[in-house]
Amino acid sequence: MSAGEQALPLVPGVPLALRGPAPVRVVAGFGFWLFLLSDIIIFAALFATYSVLSGSTAGGPSAAELFDKRHVFMETLCLLASSVTCGFGLLALNRTDARALYFWMAITFVLGVCFLTMEGREFASMVAAGAGPSRSAFLSGFFALVGTHGLHVSLGLVWLAVMLLQVVTLGFRPMVSRRFFCFALFWHALDIVWVGVFTIVYLGAK
Amino acid sequence: MFGRLSWSAIPFDQPIVMGTCATVGVVLLVIFALVTIKGWWPYLWREWITSVDHKRIGAMYMILGLVMLVRGFSDALMMRSQQALAAGHAAGYLPPEHYDQVFSAHGTIMIFFVAMPFVIGLMNFALPLQLGVRDVAFPVLNSVSFWLTAAGVLLVNLSLFVGEFARTGWLAYPPLSELAYSPGVGVDYYLWSLQLSGLGTLLSGINLTTTILKLRAPGMGYKRMPVFCWTALASNLLIVAAFPVLTATFAMLLLDRYCGFHFFTNDLGGNPMMYVNLIWIWGHPEVYILILPAFGVFSEVVATFSGKPLFGYRSMVLATMAICVLSFMVWLHHFFTMGAGADVNAFFGIMTMIIAVPTGVKVFNWLFTLYGGRVRFTVPIYWTLGFIVTFVIGGMTGVLMAIPPADFVLHNSLFLIAHFHNVAIGGVVFGVMAGMTYWFPKAFGFKLNERLGKAVFWCWFIGFYLAFMPLYALGLMGATRRMQHYPNTHWQPLMLVALAGAVVILLGIALTVVQIVVSIRQRHANRDRTGDPWNARTLEWSIPSPPPAWNFTRLPYVERADAYWHMKEEGVSGRAAPASLVDLHIPRNTPVGVFLAFFAVIAGFALIWRIDWLAVVGLVGAVVVVLREYWKTERERTVPAEEVAAFERAHGALPEVGHDDREVRVTSGVQS
Amino acid sequence: MQVQAQGQPPGVDPGERHGARSYLIGLTYAVALTLASFWAAATPLVYAPAVPVLLAVLAIAQMGVHVAFFLHISSAPDQTNNFLALLFGVFITALVVFGSMLIMTNLNHNMMSMDELMKMQR
Repeated sequence: MSAGEQALPLVPGVPLALRGPAPVRVVAGFGFWLFLLSDIIIFAALFATYSVLSGSTAGGPSAAELFDKRHVFMETLCLLASSVTCGFGLLALNRTDARALYFWMAITFVLGVCFLTMEGREFASMVAAGAGPSRSAFLSGFFALVGTHGLHVSLGLVWLAVMLLQVVTLGFRPMVSRRFFCFALFWHALDIVWVGVFTIVYLGAK
Repeated sequence: MFGRLSWSAIPFDQPIVMGTCATVGVVLLVIFALVTIKGWWPYLWREWITSVDHKRIGAMYMILGLVMLVRGFSDALMMRSQQALAAGHAAGYLPPEHYDQVFSAHGTIMIFFVAMPFVIGLMNFALPLQLGVRDVAFPVLNSVSFWLTAAGVLLVNLSLFVGEFARTGWLAYPPLSELAYSPGVGVDYYLWSLQLSGLGTLLSGINLTTTILKLRAPGMGYKRMPVFCWTALASNLLIVAAFPVLTATFAMLLLDRYCGFHFFTNDLGGNPMMYVNLIWIWGHPEVYILILPAFGVFSEVVATFSGKPLFGYRSMVLATMAICVLSFMVWLHHFFTMGAGADVNAFFGIMTMIIAVPTGVKVFNWLFTLYGGRVRFTVPIYWTLGFIVTFVIGGMTGVLMAIPPADFVLHNSLFLIAHFHNVAIGGVVFGVMAGMTYWFPKAFGFKLNERLGKAVFWCWFIGFYLAFMPLYALGLMGATRRMQHYPNTHWQPLMLVALAGAVVILLGIALTVVQIVVSIRQRHANRDRTGDPWNARTLEWSIPSPPPAWNFTRLPYVERADAYWHMKEEGVSGRAAPASLVDLHIPRNTPVGVFLAFFAVIAGFALIWRIDWLAVVGLVGAVVVVLREYWKTERERTVPAEEVAAFERAHGALPEVGHDDREVRVTSGVQS
Repeated sequence: MQVQAQGQPPGVDPGERHGARSYLIGLTYAVALTLASFWAAATPLVYAPAVPVLLAVLAIAQMGVHVAFFLHISSAPDQTNNFLALLFGVFITALVVFGSMLIMTNLNHNMMSMDELMKMQR
């Protein structure tokens, strides 16, 4: 939609709010930002539930008994690094530098897979030890919160693969650039949620 | 192979249900046959089903709401008649298992599939027109939102014929809604249909918020937006903030039911009150999501038909945004009686009383707008006056229950039922009816029949008071909600009056249908040729009725609030002169919405009945549909300048070709 | 620097004033804060009841680092919508999390737990 076709000229004195419909890039970016905030509110509800139920171990294992902090530290570094490499990939996108884009995004993908593998192993070992989500309310809260984050990371990786395919097949057109921006926003937001997760769930474990 | 689905899912032993099934089946068959024989499918597919035009989508939401109003209201009639009969030793005609589904379906349908579609439909239709732009921020997403809501509607309607519905009330509190106590598919129908439509609503909220904040005509700063746009902004911000909580909460209940989690169960540490807490964190903002756009409609109607600017624009905006923020700080008043201490109850009680203040400010502003104006008593003004009286009463009973000790007596009594119907009908329904009447000529190019409109109003108004004032009295006498029968025969006369009220409202709904049919037949006599049948104040009235797909040929430049009124005063036309017409680019139609909804229904049905392979089919299908759309590069179509010029000429805005291209001066003489 | 109509989307670095530097600075801060968090949870040097508060502060600081250095959201005039939306999101999140915790603690304190209730069912 050529929403920006009749915006006022960029005269310095005219306030932003009066300049007419924003360009598509701004509209898409802001809309996606609102979506991310709504996603964060889903996490807020899950965090709230986890916090309320964290003491309800029903005679089963508690947080302190289950969590390995070194493991979590490695996961955190993976995700943080992937955020930075994603940023570098975005800079490459701005320069329409395809090779650099593929390089940095491939690293982002690999780091994401590392994160998921480590998390998957943790879940599997907990389930095998009888500490699965149906053991207690605390474990339900844990698996739902951390699992939802992991699900978002998985979907993000699928999206990343799709976006790289779009660059390959469609090139650096504005539509593709916009979507890649949105992906980067998504990926950074997941890291922000992870900060909350490792602090409250793992470091806050009693 | 078919999970839990078998022939026993169809309730052959329930005559009422089977009768309904037969009737609905016949009606659908007739409609399909008619459309096929007349060859309307290509038109419907091209112009409506795959449309991404906000005006079409808004109209479809309204039609959806009207259809579901009939189902929700038949539930109401069943409840009223059951309660009128089942006094003392009488058992009525609805057994408890059936009655429980009826009241659960009634609430679920009325809130999620009548009120929400109506309100979102009105906002969808009016916002881009009032903001002076071509469409919402994400037109394709708009279509997806509508079709996801329709998917939820389909699932909820399927529950009547295949399986059962929830027996838990419209909010499905655990532990009753857990698998242990609701082992059937009813709660699953409830949860999956609401997750689908909830996703649609959330996407709508994001869409409309972005539209209001980023897509306005040049010169339209925040203080020059119509008040309806402000209330829509507040409502959509609430949608973006509150619906995720609903999604998360339902997801947790689904995990409990499907995967053996223990969020809200009785055992292994579950806490059912956490569900109650979370669901009302959503639930209270939800009622403000519904009422704020209705407030906006009344602001527009009152200003237009008083012939004066709305009194107190700034205080209206402040009050609206105050309500938006405060609506998130009162939710515990829905469960005062469930164990919180006096200090917590007191805090929320006081906050609930505080939130009544900005609403009071709004009421006074509407009254001051009417005062000193030359009020034209049109149908929308009837709805407005009815609203002011009725909503104030309902609000006052709400403030009464905001006092925790009073609420301990009245919680879950018929007094509560009367209160929320008072504000829902007096506020939301009246607002939607006013909005529909007000914007109908803009949408379809002809007005609705005025006399029948007034008859509809009186039926609703009188019917409402007859139906719900007795319930206030009954609540104070100790009657509880959701009663399938009651021992106290002294209550029966009041129940009979309530049934009479329901019948009067039924007459109102029937007359609405008649009004629409009659208006269509009289459309040539009631044609709106100027685009401004009400002599109104805002930009949507500056373009022809119905507007072209592109809304404004040239985006208006806005210098002050009530932009169109000032354009009329200065004799400026919003219409473009011939030399300045260019090719326009508008979004292309797409079937992604309806295809996505198709697979969503398949997936939802499969998940409800635990048919795993079918759920995979639905999910894969949805993914394929989305990916296909994701790769589309031709997303716009061009409207050639000649077509735009032809449209403008046909609607009398342009002089014939050959005249000079002075701006056409428009007189503001309009009939009401 | 060109100021677009209606502001900038988040994540966009207009004119690329910092480019890669922004991400590297953000990474450094984030790693430091992460290390500090893990240390704070394990060390005996911090007064025990203060540890949760310290962890919260460190977490919020790190989230701020992400928002500022990766998402480029600031109080600049072309970021106003994004910033206000973020504030709104933070407000709702705080309400949901802390409101729920307060209310549920209050309820749990006053009401018998489900376990005890179920035991009474026999």
